[in-house]
Amino acid sequence: MRSRVIQQSFSEAPSWVVRRMAAKRDYHSSIGECEGCKRWKFRVVFSCVLVGFMGFLLGLEGCCGVWGRGRLEREGLWERRAQVMVQEFNLSKTQLQALAVLLSSSEREISERIEGPKTRSLSCLLEELCSEKKQSGSNVDEDAMLDTNNSLKKDSNRVEIVPFSVPSVVSDLKDGQIISNLEEFLKSTEGLLGLITENRLMVLLSVLIVMVLSVRILYHMKMLSLSNEHKNLKQLQSSSSKSGGKRKKLLLLGVLVGLSVSVWIFFSMNENIVRRQRETLENMCDERARMLQDQFNVSMNHVQALAILVSTFHHGKNPSAIDQRTFEEYTARTAFERPLTSGVAYALKVLHSEREQFEKEHGWKIKKMEREDQSPVQDDYDPEKLDPAPVEEEYAPVIFSQDTVSHIVSVDMMSGKDDRDNIIRSRTTGKGALTAPFNLLKYNYLGVVLTFAVYKSELPPHATPQERTDATIGYLGASFDVPSLVEKLLQQLASKQKIVVNVYDTTNSSSYIKMYGPDVTDSDDVYKSGVDFGDPTRKHAMHCRFKDKAALPWSAITTSIGVAVIVLLVGHIFYQALNRIEKVEDDYREMRELKGRAEAADVAKSQFLATVSHEIRTPMNGVLGMLQMLMDTELDATQQDFVMTAQESGNTLITLINEVLDQAKIESGRLELEAVPFDVRDLLDNVISLFSDKSQLKGIELAVYVSSQVPDVLVGDPVRFRQIITNLVGNSMKFTEEGHIFVSVHLLEEIKNSCEASTMFEVPHEVNNKKEISSYDTLSGFQVVDRQRIIDKFKIHDSPKDSGHKVNLFVTVEDTGVGIPEEAQSRIFTPFMQADSSTSRTYGGTGIGLSISKCLVELMGGEIGFVSKSGIGSTFSFTAVFEEGGMISGDVKRYYTEPTPSEFQGMRALVVDGRGIRAEIIKYHLQRLGVHVNVATDPKSALSALLEACSLSGRGSLDMVLVDKEAWSDGSALTFPRPLVNQQRKGMLEHWQKIPKLFLLATSLSSSEYDNLKSAGYIECIRKPLRLSMMGACLQKILGVVSKRQKQARGDSLALKELLKGKKILVVDDNAINRKVAWGALKKYGAVVTCVDSGKDAIRILRPPHEIDACFMDVQMPEMDGFEATRLIRSAEKEVNELIGRGEMLIETDQHMGYWHVPILAMTADVIQATYEECLRCGMDGYVSKPFEEQQLYSAVAHFLESDPISDAA
Amino acid sequence: MDVSMLQRTYSDLLTSLFREGILNQQFTELQQLQDENNPGFVFEVVSLFFEDSGRLINELISNFNQQAVDYKKIDAYVHQLKGSSASIGAEKIRSVCQTFREYYDKNDIQGCYNCIQPLNQEFVTFKSKLEALFTLEQQIVAAGGSIPMMRH
Repeated sequence: MRSRVIQQSFSEAPSWVVRRMAAKRDYHSSIGECEGCKRWKFRVVFSCVLVGFMGFLLGLEGCCGVWGRGRLEREGLWERRAQVMVQEFNLSKTQLQALAVLLSSSEREISERIEGPKTRSLSCLLEELCSEKKQSGSNVDEDAMLDTNNSLKKDSNRVEIVPFSVPSVVSDLKDGQIISNLEEFLKSTEGLLGLITENRLMVLLSVLIVMVLSVRILYHMKMLSLSNEHKNLKQLQSSSSKSGGKRKKLLLLGVLVGLSVSVWIFFSMNENIVRRQRETLENMCDERARMLQDQFNVSMNHVQALAILVSTFHHGKNPSAIDQRTFEEYTARTAFERPLTSGVAYALKVLHSEREQFEKEHGWKIKKMEREDQSPVQDDYDPEKLDPAPVEEEYAPVIFSQDTVSHIVSVDMMSGKDDRDNIIRSRTTGKGALTAPFNLLKYNYLGVVLTFAVYKSELPPHATPQERTDATIGYLGASFDVPSLVEKLLQQLASKQKIVVNVYDTTNSSSYIKMYGPDVTDSDDVYKSGVDFGDPTRKHAMHCRFKDKAALPWSAITTSIGVAVIVLLVGHIFYQALNRIEKVEDDYREMRELKGRAEAADVAKSQFLATVSHEIRTPMNGVLGMLQMLMDTELDATQQDFVMTAQESGNTLITLINEVLDQAKIESGRLELEAVPFDVRDLLDNVISLFSDKSQLKGIELAVYVSSQVPDVLVGDPVRFRQIITNLVGNSMKFTEEGHIFVSVHLLEEIKNSCEASTMFEVPHEVNNKKEISSYDTLSGFQVVDRQRIIDKFKIHDSPKDSGHKVNLFVTVEDTGVGIPEEAQSRIFTPFMQADSSTSRTYGGTGIGLSISKCLVELMGGEIGFVSKSGIGSTFSFTAVFEEGGMISGDVKRYYTEPTPSEFQGMRALVVDGRGIRAEIIKYHLQRLGVHVNVATDPKSALSALLEACSLSGRGSLDMVLVDKEAWSDGSALTFPRPLVNQQRKGMLEHWQKIPKLFLLATSLSSSEYDNLKSAGYIECIRKPLRLSMMGACLQKILGVVSKRQKQARGDSLALKELLKGKKILVVDDNAINRKVAWGALKKYGAVVTCVDSGKDAIRILRPPHEIDACFMDVQMPEMDGFEATRLIRSAEKEVNELIGRGEMLIETDQHMGYWHVPILAMTADVIQATYEECLRCGMDGYVSKPFEEQQLYSAVAHFLESDPISDAA
Repeated sequence: MDVSMLQRTYSDLLTSLFREGILNQQFTELQQLQDENNPGFVFEVVSLFFEDSGRLINELISNFNQQAVDYKKIDAYVHQLKGSSASIGAEKIRSVCQTFREYYDKNDIQGCYNCIQPLNQEFVTFKSKLEALFTLEQQIVAAGGSIPMMRH
């Protein structure tokens, strides 16, 4: 379960990794092309698999860790319990051992389970255990197992009662196999689970962390570098390449670290494995040693018991209850108690003094052991052949012996050196003494002899060795067959095949005596554990080593290789990623550079265009000017035609250049809008006038309407505004063959409000839904597109704050042209793009106009859009923001210098038109003239209104009636006033009844229609398109209203006449013709002219006193020029004035007030060169042009004649 | 040839004179100066011009043909001629004089010399055209018609 948890936590990790990877992949794919997507996917999947694998390993690790810890605890527990058992129950160690072995396996399982899920029931656990045992092929009594386990279940920590059921003890031997099986099973499990230790968990975790960290660091570095990139491109170019190198170094370092980690893993794992093997060896060795020791002890105890038995029944009873036969029988029957002894024998302590008696009693001689040395005993061993023992101080002849060793009866044990030492040691200590291993008599193998001394019963508890020696009556010896002992023991344990066991007698530390085991060469991996056989003077040791050399640590190798592979793979992935990042960065940088260059090139292009266009314009103007001059010269018809063509081409070219210049200026951001006050209505009139010829030629209705809510004066850039409208109208004009073009200007708010109220003012709607009638309430009756759609497209900007000053105009140019095909509508505003290539062939033009218009509209803070339907027409609309002109009226830019005429103020007019819009437009223009307008839409009401007006005189009368030529249907307007005319003819009208003046409004009028005009009752025809100045002029002419300017002009002439009438003027000119002309001109104004041809004559005449009021003097004259003459005249005047001042000269006339100064005006052909100052310097009073120009003459003469008091009198 | 025909011819001639640039607006002004009080004013002036300018041109040509050319004198002549022609609206003569004086100012004698012939040519043309015009005018007056005024 724990492992599952870990697994789960790691299964989360991959998803995180995948996310990260995916993010990275996204990043890459977003930057570069997705060519490596598949590779990336593969990598992601691969890394998922890797991480999953690692997760699995870690999961195992978790189990191992738990298991490992549990085992340690268990071992401690196991030992403690064993001790308790030994101490408290003094049990047979064999049984305990057997039990312990059994327990150790089962307990392992149990503790393992207990460490794990504690919720699991024990019974279930046991079942599992049993099944496991069954699987391992054992046929253990289940009850016994249950008992054992139950007992274990009862004592949680301390074993207090260990019930030994008979079967369990009986099954000891069987258990040997089970144990081995279990151990094997456990070993195998251990081998599987023990692949990875806790250390390795740490290693893997750290590797993972390092990887994650490096990913993060990489990511951050990348982000950092990218953000830097945004900040500073140049700085980045160096830094990114540096960071790329750094990253690679880092990666290399990382890979090296990873590899060294994998090496370290190998070594640490290897060490671990060795340690574990060592531990295993130790455990096994200790286990074996202990078992050997225990079994030996058991046998020793029995031997001791036998000694006591002999003491009790042989020496304690008289006569002895034991004889050889009894002893034989008893020892044979209790042999199973001493499994390791090959035989026991009892020797009596016999002093030399008692030898004879003893030999007599037993009927045999005390014999000496055959040889002192311990050479192998021959098979033909016969004790009878032995020599009698030599004379000694005491003897220890064997009197009783087990059947197996009956050959030693009568042999003196003291005669053998080892035995003798042994006997003496045992009787002094009172404990069992062991001999060094030697070849047993008769048996051809090593053995040891254990000797117990048998004392007289009355031995004090703390007897001295001497007392003990004295109290000794006999010796019980038991020969232990060490090889068989060890063999038997090892057979009980598993892994006999695996380890080699040697048992040594180590009493002499310099040279060990081998007791058991094969010959071995010295090797390092030997474990020694001490064995205590109960004799403190003898030391024994068990040496264990593995039979085979330790296998290669595959787990360590695979793990480390695995880690290395992972590291290399991850390194590769990162390397690829880094390469890719680098590449993408390079690409990005390159792109940026290219983008920068492209932008620079674009700007350069625009600038180039602007410059070149400008440069072209200058010579073009020269060309055009020259052409104009050429046209003024005398040319024949062909030449005239050529020049005309050239000039037209030149004009077209200059228009194009201007457009290109505009476009370039806009693109290079050099176009700035002016902010000057202008009259929008005047501007629109001007636009209309540009196209009036064309519209008349084509027979298209062209009209403009400006809503009354639009202020008179706006502040903005009239030139550009006009350009937009001109472009749009020009465009419409190009594509419209019949119908109308209608320009309307409203306030945006007006449109918005009408939208909201859904009472669109002038929204063209079909009068009849039936298509065949095809009459729409539009200007020309043609169908138009619904402009509502444009309005919907516009984001209507609400700017309540600025609404006081800002004027948001909404301009619509509506036409009934060919329309724009659906597919071309998207590129209409792209420069040099036309609806299709054939368009330019058919209609000409460059297609730049709309693009410029769009730019200009955007500059004006507005939007432009259009709705178009092929075959119906197009409607272009745009908005533009201006400031309200308010009170500014002085410097309003006007195309028509003449301000709105005021002569029509208060006049009344009737507009007769069947179409509302058209009538509205006429009304609009008339209202601008200050005329009150009534509209009549049908003939009857119009006629009645007319008649009514006729009958009214004075105030209510109509001054004019304007009838559209197509008021109702074609030509109907011509017949409209017929009833009226008829009435007049019949004399039905009274003389005072005045028929109002009828005007016909028509775009085009044929000559026959024009002839019929008068007879039909009309006075004049006003040609559409209507515009203020033209209408004003026309009405003026017909109605006889005199304009102020005409008055002014007339006034000039009159004033001059008044000024000059009767004046005596002297004209001085050497040129007779000039004189004559000047004379004629001045005479015309009523002056009395005297002419002289030289300065001298002038001086003569002008010598005071004279009656000349003014003198016009030519400057350039032979002999004496005008300046010289003037000076002389002035000096003469001065003299006279001085004389008068001194009273020497009488004032002959009152007129001069005693001061002579005749105004002298220079006559010059070149007005421009003449300067007022120059004239004054020479004593002149001004100059006039030659020949006279009325106005200039007037202003010059008026200037000084008015200041002359004489003129008043005149 | 009836009066209207004469008038038409007169009109056409006058128009052509204007169109060809032989006459300019000044001539109209001159015509306007002529009224009941001052009949034949134009004729008088133009006759004077013929007389005067003819003399001047002859002087010019003879001057140029002399061994030592008195340029100052020539310039004075041309100046006078220019003034006269401007006064009566003889546009072409005036412009030639203008050109002449420009050359003179630049001391371009050859240029000046080159102008003499066109000047003479223009004068001859002007004289013949104007004489024709006056002949027509006299014929119209003799036939009892009025002189049509040139409208601009």
